[in-house]
Amino acid sequence: MRFAAIGSALVAVALCAMPLKSQAQDASEKEIERYRAMISDPMSNPGFLAVDRGEILWSEKRGTKNVSLEGCDLGLGAGKLEGAFAKLPRYFKDADKVMDLEQRLLWCMQTVQGLDTKDVVARRFSGPGKASDMEDLVAYIANKSSGMKIDVQLSHPKELEMAAVGEELFHRRGGVMDFACSTCHGSEGKRIRLQALPDLSKPGKEPQDTMASWPTYRVSQGALRTMQHRLWDCYRQQRWPVPDYGSDGITALTVYLNKMAQGGEIAVPSIKR
Amino acid sequence: MTMTSKFSVLVLGGALLCGSLVATLAADKAVEPKKAAETKPTVETKKAETPPPQKVATAVVDAYLKSTFGRAPPEWQARIEPDESMKVCNATRNQPSHAEADKIMASELKRVEFPADGKFLGDWKEGAKIANNGRGGQFSDDDKTVNGGNCYACHQMEKAEVSFGTLGPSLTNYGRDRKYDAAEIKQAYTKIYNSQAVIACSNMPRFGTNKFLSEQQIKDVMAFLFDPESPVNK
Ligand code: HEC
Ligand code: HEC
Repeated sequence: MRFAAIGSALVAVALCAMPLKSQAQDASEKEIERYRAMISDPMSNPGFLAVDRGEILWSEKRGTKNVSLEGCDLGLGAGKLEGAFAKLPRYFKDADKVMDLEQRLLWCMQTVQGLDTKDVVARRFSGPGKASDMEDLVAYIANKSSGMKIDVQLSHPKELEMAAVGEELFHRRGGVMDFACSTCHGSEGKRIRLQALPDLSKPGKEPQDTMASWPTYRVSQGALRTMQHRLWDCYRQQRWPVPDYGSDGITALTVYLNKMAQGGEIAVPSIKR
Repeated sequence: MTMTSKFSVLVLGGALLCGSLVATLAADKAVEPKKAAETKPTVETKKAETPPPQKVATAVVDAYLKSTFGRAPPEWQARIEPDESMKVCNATRNQPSHAEADKIMASELKRVEFPADGKFLGDWKEGAKIANNGRGGQFSDDDKTVNGGNCYACHQMEKAEVSFGTLGPSLTNYGRDRKYDAAEIKQAYTKIYNSQAVIACSNMPRFGTNKFLSEQQIKDVMAFLFDPESPVNK
């Protein structure tokens, strides 16, 4: 009890103090690392509240068929969650499609539960007074792969296509600023303003650390966020049009990024700025 | 359930300690002034070379783009329709051949409109604001958003500003180092108006040609670089 309260206060102090330290970044990095270790403690990472809510949603009976999502196959068999996220996105025969976790959940809601997903999609990103079933479910399910390694699925031709298209999209320039993902994430050690930019253009530790830490609780937004939200936000910064939620382009990018991140050890939900 | 109250303590504590800061961060405008430092230490690691490009038919990529952005307003979809130069940059991953590069620079140069009054330099104080403003062009913006040059996202400019990105070279003392030379001034105007007229497939935006900044805004930014009174040259 008391530990958690102290932890929270420290987290707040750490996260708030960071901008002030920007000029002494090196000196503060050790400190930040220490706080990071501390905030991955479930007792002081609010992302775990989403995990708890997701657990309830997973077993809640809903839709015209009045069944829970426990009949949903995320790739390892109906209701099997351990390690499922580590192998997503992947090809699903029943849908004849490569799907990420969010696409698959929507598919299961529609076909297994007979649920009209309009409302769920409308609440895809939580906001003040607006909870998101998707964020909570992703937190819960992804957490069941914590400690496991990212295991990108590239055996089916459609999975290979996704990876190839994702790579193309990563390098595709456009919009009023002629930006691509690679403009900001295409070389090592770059930053935009003061924000360090992970190099996601080649396999290695940076994509591993990045992809293995999503979903994450974003302190600045006071919400648990998924990769769908991160890429939506990056397309915004890229000055591109709004990407559709759960669209194939986002899944393609995720497959490509996971390919760069292959073997990264998943630790989610993490907590970030 | 008791956890909830503990976390609200955290959120509240955060708000009290740095309310305005959290609010600034919330927007996650990467290019807003005075961003927070990255929470993640940059670890030096040896990495594999960039893998060779995966081949996939253009039509397949276009189909994915359609299914991902196809519901955006038509004027937004038009923005990601590559022009002739961008097609080459995309196809070559920004590594055009010499011949391709020459062609891009020649055709982009034709798309530079020099000021009719022959004056390249405006007001450096306005230019400083434009260089610092990273807004505009995002789907979250409204009609009233004034576009900024976003220069600090990629460049160091005046030394007092510590929040600068490193995607482009430092521009400190830019005018002074070039002795405020007229040819250099024209060249820099060209660069800012249309970066690709100078370097094919440059990562820098084509501010004038893409109609992102007005002629006056470019002149003001130019003054920020070339006015001897500008802090860039102090
Ligand atoms: C204009 C620059 C810009 C562009 C273009 C851009 N991003 Fe980002 N990206 C950022 C910034 C800034 C961050 C946040 C870094 C931070 O807070 O640590 C970020 C974060 C990310 C992250 C999460 C990093 C982490 O460690 O949590 C991923 C993944 C990512 N971007 C992927 C992409 C992809 C894929 C694209 C192309 C669709 C893209 N980005 C385009 C600037 C950009
Ligand atoms: C997305 C990053 C980016 C942004 C934003 C950007 N630039 Fe650049 N700029 C570059 C890069 C990269 C170069 C290096 C040469 C090249 O690739 O074209 C460059 C080069 C330049 C040069 C030539 C430097 C030299 O070597 O002489 C000038 C001048 C310049 N930029 C001015 C500006 C100004 C003014 C702005 C804001 C209106 C701006 N840039 C915005 C990326 C950027």
